[in-house]
Amino acid sequence: MNWELLQNYGPRMLQGLMVTLQLVVIAISLGALLAVPIALGRMSKNRLVGGLAFAYVYAVRGTPLLAQTFLVYYGAGQFRPELQAVGLWWLFRDAFFCCALTFTLNTAAYQAEIYRGAILAVPRGQSEAAMSLGLKPRAIFRMVVVPQAVLLALRPLGNEIILMIKGSSVAAIVTVFDLMGVTRLAYSRSFDFQVYLWAAVLYLALVEIIRRVWDLIERRLTRHVRQH
Amino acid sequence: MRLFKTIALTAATLVAVTLSAEAKDWSTIRIGTEGAFPPFNFIDSDKQIKGFDIDIAKAVCANLKATCTFVAQDWDGLIPALQASKFDAIFASMSITDERKQVVDFSRAYYNTPTAFIAAKGSGITDVSPAGLKGKTLGAQSSTIQSSYLEQTYPGFDVKLYPTQDEVNLDLASGRIDALLVDKLVGMEWLKKSDGACCEIVGEVPVGGGIGAAVRKQDTDLRDAISKAIEAIKADGTYDKINAEYFPFSIWAN
Repeated sequence: MNWELLQNYGPRMLQGLMVTLQLVVIAISLGALLAVPIALGRMSKNRLVGGLAFAYVYAVRGTPLLAQTFLVYYGAGQFRPELQAVGLWWLFRDAFFCCALTFTLNTAAYQAEIYRGAILAVPRGQSEAAMSLGLKPRAIFRMVVVPQAVLLALRPLGNEIILMIKGSSVAAIVTVFDLMGVTRLAYSRSFDFQVYLWAAVLYLALVEIIRRVWDLIERRLTRHVRQH
Repeated sequence: MRLFKTIALTAATLVAVTLSAEAKDWSTIRIGTEGAFPPFNFIDSDKQIKGFDIDIAKAVCANLKATCTFVAQDWDGLIPALQASKFDAIFASMSITDERKQVVDFSRAYYNTPTAFIAAKGSGITDVSPAGLKGKTLGAQSSTIQSSYLEQTYPGFDVKLYPTQDEVNLDLASGRIDALLVDKLVGMEWLKKSDGACCEIVGEVPVGGGIGAAVRKQDTDLRDAISKAIEAIKADGTYDKINAEYFPFSIWAN
């Protein structure tokens, strides 16, 4: 343990951890809002809507997050006059915003597939039974399908959050001092590999927290199907 | 247990023998460089590593009658790769600093150049002191003396650090940063290009104590051999010839 190094960079790494957390919370929550219409679009009978939603998910899932981040960050830099004309440059000038935007768009595609999969995985008999009780399609979706789909989506969603936590380290490449950014800085000053170990431990701790919270949520949501 | 001990001992001896044998023989030297820092080191359209650093390294190798191979490696990873024995010496326009001296040894400096602030034309920046640049966003390549200089001399400033110089340049051109700090000759090279047309040099600051070749701390023989070779190629005129190919003035470090 190098105490001097810890003293110099420990507080900054915790600040970096907060930046990582902010990025992930923003991306996951805004991504969820965006994912719902995309998931519904994927299931739409309208071919145009379905096609658009499919194309979006296809393109985002088919390209690396790093490439998407570069595309948004340095791509926006190339369109500065146009962005200034519409008054959006002040947003795209900011590296944190560019990362939050990219990560949101990225996770929206993955979450859309998670939600679509979960909705389709609810047995058809459930809606048929509800229909026979005379419920309207809207009510069936809201009161029968969605509650069961939430349970099915829970685990994959936890996975997606974990992937996002780790994927957010890409932000360090475009000047954001997230946990990885601070770690790189500390390493470039000290040439001591320890800092990467600390970063790994902090990421691990974050993931462990998510894992435990998810266990709690799942126990709570499945209390009606538990045998004992 | 005894067998294990014998094996371990044999292995240790073998390693020690190979290591010591390797440390003495410098008939081949593997040289690490970045390859993204024109005109000092870059990869041309034929995927060949070229530049001032490379030509100096080749002249040094010729002087030492050694065969040299070149490896291009990400800037941040150069010193770790040297320590991991991926190559034996770094010729990558690496400034001799006290921080780096704690982990590697440097040869005699083979050049010394000024460091300059570059900003957009018409930025109105004339004073590059901390007071003159107050409130500006500054940028530099990470793990460089320029980045440390910014952090130390401009405390409290918004300093952005990038993996390569190209990315710093891009963000100055797009206006995300107000000024960047870079080796003056590298900056001038960029300003000559079309995407550098946006910007100009607005001031110089004293940074760094020369550029040297870095070697592992235990390879003192290689360090001294390189230092001697640098003196030798300066004495026989090879250095000046290479210098003239790149710059109209001498960048020799006294």
